[in-house]
Parts: sequence; structure tokens; C-alpha cells
Amino acid sequence: MSIDNAKTITFISRSTPYGHGRAKACLDMVLSAAVFEQKINFIFMDDGVWQLKKGQTPSNIDAKDLSAAFAALPLYEVNDLYVEASAIEERGLSLDELVVPAQAIESAKIAELISLSDVVFTL
Amino acid sequence: MKLTVLVHAAPYSSQAAYSAYRFSASALAAGHEIYRLFFYYDGVHNSNSLSIQAQDEFDLIAAWRTLIDTHQLDAISCVSSALKRGILDAQEAARYEKSASNLAEEFTLSGLGQLVEASMMSDRVVSFGG
Repeated sequence: MSIDNAKTITFISRSTPYGHGRAKACLDMVLSAAVFEQKINFIFMDDGVWQLKKGQTPSNIDAKDLSAAFAALPLYEVNDLYVEASAIEERGLSLDELVVPAQAIESAKIAELISLSDVVFTL
Repeated sequence: MKLTVLVHAAPYSSQAAYSAYRFSASALAAGHEIYRLFFYYDGVHNSNSLSIQAQDEFDLIAAWRTLIDTHQLDAISCVSSALKRGILDAQEAARYEKSASNLAEEFTLSGLGQLVEASMMSDRVVSFGG
């Protein structure tokens, strides 16, 4: 696939990592897009910010640990990771508790990223 | 305009898949092209040929099948989503030694790369499912 066609794709993930399958489904979409060398923004909003929390032990509920995959995103050249600042704050989280470096941004910046994207996927 | 339609909601549980169908049919009627229909996550249930509706209810899966057949659309159900949810074509049923297959013949099982490729080739990607 020629990367001449590369598009800016923004993924917005808003769900907890293990309550249902959306977080994993969104992550799989991101990894597929990365294989096709698209320009990717990955934004975590609302409860989605929990996906990046360090110290997950989902084996207790027989779930596969997603956080290892998030930590590996830079290996896929997915470096533009964002968390909604208010979502982090409301949940008492801090950026140094995340498994991968992410930039905290306000909603206006999220709107800007969306407006600059060719395609937006929300799960 | 060249469109890709992404459906990640199951039929009947919510209106999303029905809305996707109505949008697709309307877009075609208005002269737009649908580059690909991609069914992901719970959306793969739209390709289950064993679903049965009460006679006085709208049969969304039959409607999808007619739309795809009439317009010769490229309709793909995500293979990993489908296998998890028991939507198999004959080849996968044989591979995993299952007793039956149920993917409606108008659909094809394939990977998420098909969604990414469709996103690259389309003017717009329209998603249905909350």
C-alpha cells in the first residue's frame, strides 16, 4: 500500500479497559492503521483514560492485559497519544501513572485534532 | 462521493445498524458510491444468516443482503470479531472443526486492514454504533 494515500486518522477511545470489548476493539483498529503507516492520533476520553493506568491485574477477571499493548504503541510509530485533561483530573489520575507517555489536552485541542483529521473513529 | 460505512452495532439491540442500512440505501439512491461496508465488533451479527425475525417485523439482515446483492457492494465482516461471536464461513468452520457455518453469502470475512484501506480510498467514512 502506497503511503501517498496516507490519511490522518483520529481514534477516540472512551471506555474502561475491561468492562466491555470496546477498548480492545479500538486498540485493534489503531494497530491495523499503524501497519498501513497512517498518521494516527489516539485520544483517550472519559473512562477511556483508565486504559492507560499502570498496575492493571486483569488476570483476576480472566481478561487479557491490554496495558502491555498500549506501552508498545511507540514501537508501532504511534506516538501521538492524548488524554483528556479533565478526565484525568476527575478520576484523580496523574500522567506519571500511565503506562505510556501521553499529552494531557483540553477539549478545545481535541476539537482541533478532530477538525484536522480525514477520518475519526470513536469506540 | 465515495463512502465507506462502518457498522459496529448488532441488529435489533439498538437502532444503529438499521440507521446504517437506511443511510447506505439512501446514499446509493442519491447517486453516491459505497466503496465498502465494514461490519466490526457487534456489527458482525448483521451477517448472521441464521437470524430469524417475526413475520411482522422488519428483517434487517435480509434487507442488507438484498442491498448488497442488488448493488454488488463489497461487504466485509471482521474475521476476528466474527469468530468470537460464532459467525463462520465454511472455510473457518472447517478450520476450527465446527459443525456448521452461518455467514450470509453476500458477506466476506476479512481483517481490519480492509477497513483501513477503505478509509484511505474513500472520501468519507461514516460510522454507526455508539
